[in-house]
Amino acid sequence: MHRIAVVRFPGSNCDADTLTGARRAGAEAYYVWHRDTDLQHADTVMLPGGFSYGDYLRSGAIARFSPVMTAVQRFAQAGGPVLGICNGFQILCEAGMLPGALIQNSRLSFVSRPVGLRLEQTDTAFTGAYTKGQLLRMPVAHGDGQYVADAATLAELEATGRVVVRYTELDGSALRTTINGSQHDIAGIANVTGNVVGLMPHPDRAADPLLGNSDGMGFFTSVLAWAPAGVGR
Amino acid sequence: MTYKVQVRVVPRGGLLDPQGKAVEHALSALGFREVSGVRIGRAIELAIEASSADEARTRTRAMCDKLLANPVTEDYTIEVEN
Repeated sequence: MHRIAVVRFPGSNCDADTLTGARRAGAEAYYVWHRDTDLQHADTVMLPGGFSYGDYLRSGAIARFSPVMTAVQRFAQAGGPVLGICNGFQILCEAGMLPGALIQNSRLSFVSRPVGLRLEQTDTAFTGAYTKGQLLRMPVAHGDGQYVADAATLAELEATGRVVVRYTELDGSALRTTINGSQHDIAGIANVTGNVVGLMPHPDRAADPLLGNSDGMGFFTSVLAWAPAGVGR
Repeated sequence: MTYKVQVRVVPRGGLLDPQGKAVEHALSALGFREVSGVRIGRAIELAIEASSADEARTRTRAMCDKLLANPVTEDYTIEVEN
């Protein structure tokens, strides 16, 4: 059975939703504490949303130095799939496992609402179950979700198809007003090999038909079928 | 000896600083129309055991590069006092 480790930091608050999503997808999901250095034979690692270490200094800045992250980085370098959701995405950027940074929303306020997303890249560990161009709806809930990177990094992300999801209006049309100021309306990106993915929206909060939305389920099911030496990479 | 170090971390010049912009507008609304270029960052004070001011500075620079500032979005300055 596919084993998914959900890392808990002090201040994580979407750990249960992420664990539930992984189990619903059919994986054997379990928690790993931030002080642990053993991922317990994980096939996949997920960094959940929340406010690790109170977002002190910068979101994700302290969490990236927690003992478990050494193991997570080694796991990713060996090709292991790692998904960072919201605060997890911020941690991946702080750790240098994904390029760029997430800074305070351009309008300074916390944004908590459903957004539209265009699925731009299916050739990653977490998006193979979707089709390219598919419209997804998921909630966002963040204060520091503005994706920024230098011009060269942005150009490279676009040229190599590493923008995984992009914000749209709920009907899938181009954004009329920015969600958080993100450059190129970027909501999520992947690393070069597609095994590390981070996104600000919450697939974990859209992975249960009971909640009226299971658009995020694909982020959990895709990785079960993912072949690391993916065709086309 | 112990050196007192002041680190200032500010958003990088080319980046939009929404907090700075908001404060600039507020200042202007209060009548301080001569103000421009407001940028808001953070100040970090620390005390370091080092054998020289140079060493204290080098160590602090390493701390900034590793943790205190984000190299993607922020610049920093270091002041070492005796």
